[in-house]
Amino acid sequence: MEGKEAMISLILSTATRYLLPLLLLFSIFVLLRGHNEPGGGFVGGLVASAALALYSIAYGVAAARRMLRIDPRALIGVGLLIAIGSGLLSMARGLPFLTGLWVERELPLLGKVGTPMLFDVGVFLVVIGVVLTIIFALSEE
Amino acid sequence: MDVVLAIAVGGLYAAGLYMMMRRSIVKLIIGLGLLSHASNLLIFTMGRLIRGRPPLIAPGAEALAEPYADPLPQALILTAIVIGFGVQAFAVVLIKRVYEIVGTDDLDQMKRTDEL
Amino acid sequence: MNLILGLVLTFLLAALAPRLHALLKETSGWVFAMWPLAWTIVIGSLAQQVIEGDSVYIRYPWMSQLGVNLSLYVDGLSLLFALLISGIGALVLIYSGSYLKRHRYLGRFYLFILLFMGSMLGLVLSGNLISMFVFWELTSLSSYFLIGFDHEREEARRAALQAMVVTGMGGLALLAGLLLLGQAGGTLEIAALLKQGETLRTSPHYLPALALIVIGAFTKSAQVPFHFWLPNAMEAPTPVSAYLHSATMVKAGIYLLARLSPVLGGTAAWQLMVAGGGLVTMVLGAIMALGPSDLKRILAYSTVSTLGTLTFLIGLGTPLAAKAAMALLLAHAMYKGALFLVAGAVDHEIGIRDVRRLGGLGQFMPVTATAAGMAALSMAGLPPSIGFISKELLYEAQLHALHSPTLLAGTGVLASGLLVAVAGIVGLRPFFGHPIHRKRHLHEPPLSLWLGPLLLGGAGIALAIVPEIAASPLISTAVSAVLGKPTVVELRLWHGPNPSLALSALTVIAGAGFYAAQPFLLDIAARAHLKEWMARWGPQRGYERMLQGLNALATAQTRLLQSGFLRFYLMIIVLTTIALVGSTIIIPEPLSRWLSRIVDARPYELIIVVLMGVATLMAVLTSSRLAAVAALGIVGYGVALLYMLFGAPDLAMTQFAVETLTVILLVLVVYRLPRFTRLSGRSARLRDTALALAAGGMMTALMLMVLSAPLKSRLAPFFAANSLTLAKGRNVVNVILVDFRALDTLGEITVLAVAAIGVYALLKLRTE
Repeated sequence: MEGKEAMISLILSTATRYLLPLLLLFSIFVLLRGHNEPGGGFVGGLVASAALALYSIAYGVAAARRMLRIDPRALIGVGLLIAIGSGLLSMARGLPFLTGLWVERELPLLGKVGTPMLFDVGVFLVVIGVVLTIIFALSEE
Repeated sequence: MDVVLAIAVGGLYAAGLYMMMRRSIVKLIIGLGLLSHASNLLIFTMGRLIRGRPPLIAPGAEALAEPYADPLPQALILTAIVIGFGVQAFAVVLIKRVYEIVGTDDLDQMKRTDEL
Repeated sequence: MNLILGLVLTFLLAALAPRLHALLKETSGWVFAMWPLAWTIVIGSLAQQVIEGDSVYIRYPWMSQLGVNLSLYVDGLSLLFALLISGIGALVLIYSGSYLKRHRYLGRFYLFILLFMGSMLGLVLSGNLISMFVFWELTSLSSYFLIGFDHEREEARRAALQAMVVTGMGGLALLAGLLLLGQAGGTLEIAALLKQGETLRTSPHYLPALALIVIGAFTKSAQVPFHFWLPNAMEAPTPVSAYLHSATMVKAGIYLLARLSPVLGGTAAWQLMVAGGGLVTMVLGAIMALGPSDLKRILAYSTVSTLGTLTFLIGLGTPLAAKAAMALLLAHAMYKGALFLVAGAVDHEIGIRDVRRLGGLGQFMPVTATAAGMAALSMAGLPPSIGFISKELLYEAQLHALHSPTLLAGTGVLASGLLVAVAGIVGLRPFFGHPIHRKRHLHEPPLSLWLGPLLLGGAGIALAIVPEIAASPLISTAVSAVLGKPTVVELRLWHGPNPSLALSALTVIAGAGFYAAQPFLLDIAARAHLKEWMARWGPQRGYERMLQGLNALATAQTRLLQSGFLRFYLMIIVLTTIALVGSTIIIPEPLSRWLSRIVDARPYELIIVVLMGVATLMAVLTSSRLAAVAALGIVGYGVALLYMLFGAPDLAMTQFAVETLTVILLVLVVYRLPRFTRLSGRSARLRDTALALAAGGMMTALMLMVLSAPLKSRLAPFFAANSLTLAKGRNVVNVILVDFRALDTLGEITVLAVAAIGVYALLKLRTE
């Protein structure tokens, strides 16, 4: 890995440093607007994981893991739990599993909030977890 | 245009299958990638092509206005793309591990290791 | 409802039996016998109601939309069978506890036999064809386990498999037949089917349904030429032979035919198949019973003969025949059950089942001998036994048959005469005459071993002496069910002098003759090489040839189709698809119309497609791994652009992101993968090219065919109209993913998670 580290260009590492927060923000934006505009959990998750994958190429997997703080494998579990949990909420109300429930009032920034949105957050986290688990495991070989 | 895409899909299938029938495992991966593009494009074309009218409900409207691109094939393909990535990653890693252990990329040779 | 609960509890008890046996040890047989005894009482308590003409019908919906229910239907026929199953079941359980005492797997034995009992009760109580079929197969399964109970012996395993294969194939035929019947009648409920015999008999499905059902019944009830599995099934422990292979399970086919006779019976085809098959089995079974010297095999062949008689009577279908059939059913269950249990007791005490080496046992085991004597009396059809009554009825039915009564009566006398001889061989010879065996400690077997035969043998006499208490009412209701109309039967021991009585006398004389002539007859058979001839041309040989053929076919097709070379699998799949799909493609439009649709493409769209084509070619032809990866990426970006142009921004974004990640992924791995090498020869490449082009061409043709028909989606308008109003989202694709079809998406992200776990496990968890 030593030789490769040296080969990473200054441009990539500098660009990544500034691009990463932007891309992460963008991914959340894509996730949240997905219900009304093109986007959603799948695309958002892919954008975020692409950003972190780029970071891991520039600075190494260890740095990317520190940056992420959570093990991507845990993200898979958390995401699945959120997705299932969003479906269970409606069952608590006596409705079939995964029926959409919505908060009456529109919230600032987020607009209408409901369980399908929560479900999409679950998808988002699963996608990030899956892609990064694979990429990190491969890079660490 | 749909006829053009039908021909393109046929070409992608032919190329993908040809690559999958090679003895080299790396070509198998490339073939798999081509095949999944072909299948996604097939479903997309089967849902009929509408230029530039995404299935987004315009602000102020209550429902989609005709004509619009069929949203259902799109939803199917969207997950297929992501799952395709997962499958491809798995295949790549599997092949990599097999190569490390068996030491050959020739599927015919691998069959023989099976018999040992 | 209580009956359904009873069935469930029976299966539960079966599952718990091994543990219970471990707790109860020696007494387990007696304790388990309480359960069938309870069943006998429950069924008996229903008897009054059923005898008064009121059948019980309970329905528990299962897959109602398919017409499949777990429904119970108790009429006279089910009642008679259920009483036999539970009553004899209790005796057999008591017997088994002692017969298999200290056997390593006695607990397991209880499991199987209780499983069988529950299934058999379910079979005769079922009111739905499908639930009946399920129980039918369960009895075959438990029979398989019980025949192969001594699984360490090869013969036992082979016999078990044979019984399973023969009855299993019959079961498949039966299923097809029952479904056809259900199709023709529009219902699978037996009670409803019984009311529409007329429509069913004129339905075009009638003949195939009848033939298939008859095959099912014949395999189960060991009719010629499917009879050979039954003598081989004698590998089972003796209580199993007594219970399954004489008293109950083998009568399932009889039950089925009797149950459906109001619907299917009465036609020429029915009489030809059922009565004809039964008649042949009756005679051949009785003749074959003279051959063997093993007690159990003799009994097995005589069972085949009686099953033939029963089938014949059901096939004949007259009121007299139905009467005779039900009486014989009852008589046979009693005497044959008793004789099997006696054979087991003798085997248990002396360890010999060869009739040539048994004799004079009566003085050592008088109770067993008494039981055997009473049962033999019934089997030989001598008064005062129920066997006598049933044989008289058989003759009466034959003498009153519409076609060739003389011939029928003649065969009846022949078969019955042979059975008289057999009754002498198995019931009298071992116990009377000079003691051959000089073992010192010969003594009566314990109570549990003689109780069953004594009660069954005694019942055969008692039922005949006072028929009005139990036999007449039971048989009346059963006959009513078989005939489909209320019938009163009064059984009587003494009818006064009539032709039947004369035939009976003739039978006894013939029987004595056969008994005396048996060694001589065997000698003739040996000289005619009958055994060798049967081994070469008999149905068992056919069965063996069939199995060999099946194995050879499996081997050949495995060699051909599953060569172990991935690309050959692919080729076979592709070729099959081309053959099956390609043959159905019709393109209704002329070529010129397509051309116009190519022309409508915008130039930039065409450029994208052409670029994709070039990249595809590059991916195929390049010898550099990296170039191939890059080419694949170009194809992907091209696809993304197409999505963008044709109204799918979500797809385009996803495809772009995935393509980027794929490139990262492949670049991470590609250097650690081998270089491209050219491994195939020129001819192989040409062959694959031709195949791939054919497959691609077929896909194009398929698409053109579909595209030439208008698309009428009912889903798209629904999503278009309801996305915002119901699901509060303007991006319809996203709404489908997270709301309308969220369950699918949940499944898909689970698949993704599994793929990631797989990758992680492959890379990180290594067992070095």
